[in-house]
Amino acid sequence: MKDAIVQVTGLVKKFGEIEAVRGIDFSVEHGSIFAFLGPNGAGKTTTIKILTTLLKPTSGKILVNGFDPLTHQNDVRRSFGIVFQDPSLDDELTAYENMEFHGVLYNIPQKLRKNRIEELLKFTELWERRNDLVKNFSGGMRRRLEIARGLLHHPKILFLDEPTLGLDPQTRNHIWEYIRNLNTKENITVFFTTHYIAEAEQSAKQVAIIDHGQIITRGTPEEIKRQAKTSSLEEAFISLTGKEIREETMGTKELFRNSHKMWRRS
Amino acid sequence: MNAIYILWLRQIKRYFRSKSRLVGSLGQPLLFLLALSFGFGPIFQKAGIGNYLEFLAPGIIAMGILFTALFSGIEIIWDKQFGFLKETLVAPVTRIKIMIGRTLGGATIATVQGIIVLLIASLIGFKFEMIGVIPSLAFMFLIALIFTALGTAIASMLEDMQGFQLIMNFLVMPIFFLSGAIFPLGDLPESISIITSSNPLSYGVDGLRGVLINSSHFGISLDLLVLIVTSGILLLIGGYLFSRIEI
Ligand SMILES: Nc1ncnc2c1ncn2[C@@H]1O[C@H](COP(=O)(O)OP(=O)(O)OP(=O)(O)O)[C@@H](O)[C@H]1O
Ligand SMILES: [Mg+2]
Repeated sequence: MKDAIVQVTGLVKKFGEIEAVRGIDFSVEHGSIFAFLGPNGAGKTTTIKILTTLLKPTSGKILVNGFDPLTHQNDVRRSFGIVFQDPSLDDELTAYENMEFHGVLYNIPQKLRKNRIEELLKFTELWERRNDLVKNFSGGMRRRLEIARGLLHHPKILFLDEPTLGLDPQTRNHIWEYIRNLNTKENITVFFTTHYIAEAEQSAKQVAIIDHGQIITRGTPEEIKRQAKTSSLEEAFISLTGKEIREETMGTKELFRNSHKMWRRS
Repeated sequence: MNAIYILWLRQIKRYFRSKSRLVGSLGQPLLFLLALSFGFGPIFQKAGIGNYLEFLAPGIIAMGILFTALFSGIEIIWDKQFGFLKETLVAPVTRIKIMIGRTLGGATIATVQGIIVLLIASLIGFKFEMIGVIPSLAFMFLIALIFTALGTAIASMLEDMQGFQLIMNFLVMPIFFLSGAIFPLGDLPESISIITSSNPLSYGVDGLRGVLINSSHFGISLDLLVLIVTSGILLLIGGYLFSRIEI
């Protein structure tokens, strides 16, 4: 594709014995909303981490906004914003301080920074709680803050790894509206994953489905439904990836984090 | 510059917000000061070497700095496990700057710690050269820088807390005990003497003694030189290892 903002060719990522990504190819069109779908453990987060310079690929070629994450890390980093699947806030800072930290790190001029922080904290209904430490926030509030932070600087491309995880339907709709708006008004490319397939059907212009580290199909939601001969994308997803339940392997990190969470909440 | 500042500020805020850490990090130096100076003071006096509290206080100041500085290395593992490190690692800021901001933050905290121990020591009777206070801050900061960078280097290579505890126990205690913090460096057996003179903390403790109580084993200029060179080397190593972190 000529006008691609993300270009992936033959990407492989191995963690020792585990081959998390097994030679995938895909591209994301400039200015589009792209859904990267797949069952648990399919390799979505791993792919995003490679695209965002957090992990190095085992092999394969990648371009993000025209730059190679291996050789031009900082050019790539300047091109994207990200909302991670896992927690990424500083618990010991307030909501406002988390936003401010991000804004300074991304070099947003002070006045703009102040205005946007206010706008986004109001939008995510956290403005009243802006001076509370994040460690006192509920799961949904943390998630909203992470999304607000991810939207603070306006990058060329926004990676959203299960952005609406753990949010109620009202908030999910509300946030998707904002994201679609950013996409049309500012022409920001959106690359997202989700397990709420309806969100993808509603918002995505392009979809790729990955399973066991391999892309099994790509196209618009309509094309995929036609191919699977189903009436909804969710049914197509299930028919393409099968009914078996994926073992959700929990690494030590997740275990640690979960035990921490339990300890915090109790 | 802004990025370094905000990273520095974050470390400072976290430190002053964590009351338990503040109190905890004061308890140990205080205990050492009291127990050792009241315990060994009389023997020291009888041996005709002089006032043990005067000798000990710079060593305990260095100890407070050592512990706090290395502990701020822990924070990288902590941030890795709680996820915040990702936020800094994807930002459009070179990893070197991130490392420098964090390290300066950790070193500032550790220096503050040293100043607090100095105050406590003077409250329980430590007499020192007033004129030495300003240069002692420079020594404190260099010690802090060295061990924050060392902590960063170690933490960059580790996945979780367990490995860190192990290294802390096999590293911190020997560094402290074999630094001349609690005993004089003259008249040591050759083997111990080799170890103490290759321990950077020895030069930190010695430099502090040099400026605070006018008694130095290696000489203040050598102390300063060794500390500056060591901190430069460790900053480079720490920066390199930090820039290779994958999560
Ligand atoms: N650091 C790691 N070390 C070892 N294996 C890993 C590591 N990170 C991921 N994996 C493995 O790689 C595979 C893909 O994981 P990944 O997190 O990319 O899945 P995902 O598609 O994001 O799944 P989910 O929908 O559950 O978030 C899984 O089998 C996982 O266990
Ligand atoms: Mg994932």
